[in-house]
Amino acid sequence: MSDLIRLTAADLSAKLAAGEVSSVEATQAHLDRIAAVDTEVHAFLHVSDHALEVAADIDRRRAAGEQLGELAGVPLAIKDVLVTTDMPSTSGSKILEGFLSPYDATVVARSRAAGLVPLGKTNMDEFAMGSSTEHSAYGPTHNPWDLDRIPGGSGGGSAAAVAAFEAPIALGSDTGGSIRQPAHVTGTVGVKPTYGGVSRFGAIALASSLDQVGPVSRTVLDSALLHDVIAGHDPHDATSLTDAWPSFAAAAREGATGEVLKGLKVGVIRELPDSGFQAGVSASFRESLALLEAQGAEIVEISAPHFEYGVAAYYLILPAEASSNLAKFDSVRFGLRVDVPGGTVEDVMARSRDIGFGDEVKRRIILGTYALSAGYYDAYYGSAQKVRTLIQRDFDTAFAQVDVIATPSAPTTAFRLGEKLDDPLQMYLNDVTTIPVNLAGVPGISIPSGRRHPVHRATARGCPPLPRRCGARGTARGFVGWSAA
Amino acid sequence: MAKVALMDFDEALERFEPVLGFEVHVELNTETKMFSAAANPAHPSNHDAAPNTLVAPVDMGLPGSLPVVNETAVRYSISLGLALGCDIAPSSRFARKNYFYPDLGKNYQISQYDEPIAFEGQVEVELEDGTTFEIPIERAHMEEDAGKLTHMGGATGRIQGAEYSLVDYNRAGVPLVEIVTKPIYGAEANAPKLAAAYVRAIRDIVIGLGISEARMERGNLRCDANVSIRPRAAAGEPVAPLGTRTETKNVNSMRSVERAVRYEIQRQAAILAAGGTITQETRHWHEDTGTTSPGRPKSDADDYRYFPEPDLLPVAPSTELIESLRAALPEPPAARRRRLKDAWGFADIDFQGVVNAGLLSEVEATVAAGASPASARKWWMSEISRLANAEGVEASSLIEPASVAALQQLVDAGSLTDKLARQVLEGVIAGEGTPQEVVDARGLAVVSDDGALIAAIDEALAAQPDVLEKIRDGKVQAAGAVIGAVMKAMRGQADAARVRELVLERAAG
Repeated sequence: MSDLIRLTAADLSAKLAAGEVSSVEATQAHLDRIAAVDTEVHAFLHVSDHALEVAADIDRRRAAGEQLGELAGVPLAIKDVLVTTDMPSTSGSKILEGFLSPYDATVVARSRAAGLVPLGKTNMDEFAMGSSTEHSAYGPTHNPWDLDRIPGGSGGGSAAAVAAFEAPIALGSDTGGSIRQPAHVTGTVGVKPTYGGVSRFGAIALASSLDQVGPVSRTVLDSALLHDVIAGHDPHDATSLTDAWPSFAAAAREGATGEVLKGLKVGVIRELPDSGFQAGVSASFRESLALLEAQGAEIVEISAPHFEYGVAAYYLILPAEASSNLAKFDSVRFGLRVDVPGGTVEDVMARSRDIGFGDEVKRRIILGTYALSAGYYDAYYGSAQKVRTLIQRDFDTAFAQVDVIATPSAPTTAFRLGEKLDDPLQMYLNDVTTIPVNLAGVPGISIPSGRRHPVHRATARGCPPLPRRCGARGTARGFVGWSAA
Repeated sequence: MAKVALMDFDEALERFEPVLGFEVHVELNTETKMFSAAANPAHPSNHDAAPNTLVAPVDMGLPGSLPVVNETAVRYSISLGLALGCDIAPSSRFARKNYFYPDLGKNYQISQYDEPIAFEGQVEVELEDGTTFEIPIERAHMEEDAGKLTHMGGATGRIQGAEYSLVDYNRAGVPLVEIVTKPIYGAEANAPKLAAAYVRAIRDIVIGLGISEARMERGNLRCDANVSIRPRAAAGEPVAPLGTRTETKNVNSMRSVERAVRYEIQRQAAILAAGGTITQETRHWHEDTGTTSPGRPKSDADDYRYFPEPDLLPVAPSTELIESLRAALPEPPAARRRRLKDAWGFADIDFQGVVNAGLLSEVEATVAAGASPASARKWWMSEISRLANAEGVEASSLIEPASVAALQQLVDAGSLTDKLARQVLEGVIAGEGTPQEVVDARGLAVVSDDGALIAAIDEALAAQPDVLEKIRDGKVQAAGAVIGAVMKAMRGQADAARVRELVLERAAG
């Protein structure tokens, strides 16, 4: 295995800048790695056939003395939920097989502009619905640590690619944990930025009010570097914040000194149930807290009484928004079309959707359609939005007392492929601690703890009162603290 | 189709009370669409775009695309709301109206549902006889238009029976304001006329604001007319509850709105009188037959699964913005009519004629461009209206007011006779250029060279020696034959009055 693939993005970019290695060499090393292991891991749905050309262009520009971004020349894996002009974008669904977008997602365009080299598109649960990547229409991704186990989901492809050294960094999307839970089970770092912090333009929507694009990496600094590339206001996304973001990479480097942990108040949720959490996960989480305490952090018990309703509220809001967002896949303008001889346009739409969507997608469309229907709206969607407000208040109250909140990222480590496939509810409960973060719009990060049990996650501080106004300063501080730990 | 029974209109009014309601859709003429940066086909510079050339990802419902609210459309909507006497909501929301239809790229329409930008207003409407009527406005809300379907291969041009359909997404995402009235009571026999007058009032308002091209034939302004009737209560009896309504769509001119309302009153009256019930439904207006036919049944159970549009933030205009738009509102049309009537000095009947023809703005612009009020009125009300009627289009679509004024100036300067001027008008309408260019190209200028006229007169007098004698005997009307001959010789390009003067001079000479 080439040493180049073992480098972090930060170290690789330093070598690129110093001229010790070329982007072509680094890119080739990762393409070789993909060729070597991806038949088993299946992290990629599509590998770019012009990554080397892009890399060569970066090398030429660097040689010509052009001022390039810090990550210029570093290879990047892109979750297939993000549309790209030069590679198909399927969102893991048969209904979009071979779909080429006429435009790039903003995060992709910004990555290209920063000189990152797209390696390919990574596997995911269909339309980001799932926690194991088993719901991909193109077959599951395997956890590189144990190929019989799941890599998490929906962004199992991006997490596995980074864990298997097929890419140093990757882009993911997180609606209820789709970046953080895969990071948790693959021993990688995953960040769900503040809602509105990163543009959603070109991210194929699952649930618009929850979706957020974010980085996946092997170190906190690498995620911070990628976040610096993709974050910031985008006029194409009306929910994009206009706030200027400070450099997260600078904060992460500062935090690596460990100084910021002194006096940092770390909240632990009193109501988090003991049951449902694997013993090893709880043990590793407690070890991490002890380590933080030893470094000068203060552990503070906080109350978040509405967290336990998060999953229930989420599974009303998400299907409702998804049922509407996925209506555009009707075979009329793009995507799979299944002809019905003698049929009407409705027949063709219905048949195409029936063949094109998998069971989990259909399940959520039906749930969401029902939740929004007249007479049920108030009881379901309306009530869920009220719960959401209560959870936001829980966070506001908590952040008045503490700087960050820590929980395990998921109740268990990687389970076996097929283990929960027939039990949707068990699958949904994987996201019990990640979901409230999306409902509140605050940022969250999952970072490994312990070699055997890569587990816990912290929720970085958000500023009250509006989740969409979460403070960049606090978020950066979150990175800083955990970077040191 | 079975012949539909209609009750005589007067009898229908005697037995039933009509209740009206209107939904008028106004296409805003912003440069770009409601939620995308694509060029807006309702903007005057984009009328003739080829199908599917004015589209952005969000108009096609492409994966990953997101809507962004057009700030200009919001400002226009606020101005319209204010002109309708509405309150402007400090915060209003967009919602998704979910239904599958191939002209709707996302399979949901972004519209305002329970939180419209403007609500509770009223519009003063003037009937042809000059009486005024207050129409209560329930709300005005922003939304996007759908694309356009063309059904091919069928006999009717409708989706039923078509072999295939073509979709043009140019219109998808065009900014619309939908103005919804409250139920309108008390129109009585004036109901059909009130319908037309209301649409005209909306048209005048949006033209005054400059926010829409307001061409009904182009679909810039579309009216859905809701009509219900209920039996009249006898003295002492309680008033009957509102009857079941129908909503007539596809009414594309003010005259059609009037006819459609009249037709629905007569049709519903015949059904109720025969003991039948009215079906709540959408009906289509057929201009050719002057009838309506049932569209799809519409019930209150239509479930569009509305929910707040999560891709957009609430629209929250500042008080400063609202007040600055209020301060910039043009004069209300009713006040403007009173002012213009005084300024022009027209007789009641003449002024009302201009108003009823919907040509107030055209006459005003023509006067502003230099024509006298009387001449401006004459052009628009006679020759231009005649040509418009013949072609079945709006008079305002034929020619620019400035051209009419330029034409009249040529007449005033003696360069054109009335008859020549009408030929020039036809040339301008035919696209041959400005009035002066048409005069030059067609060689239509009056021969004002007395020398040429005198030569022609002398020739005519020589040919008709008896005429000369008659004139000298005082039978001046005999000059007509010579004048006619001269005009013929000049191929009409002479001022007949000047010829007459010269003939009499020569005869006297």
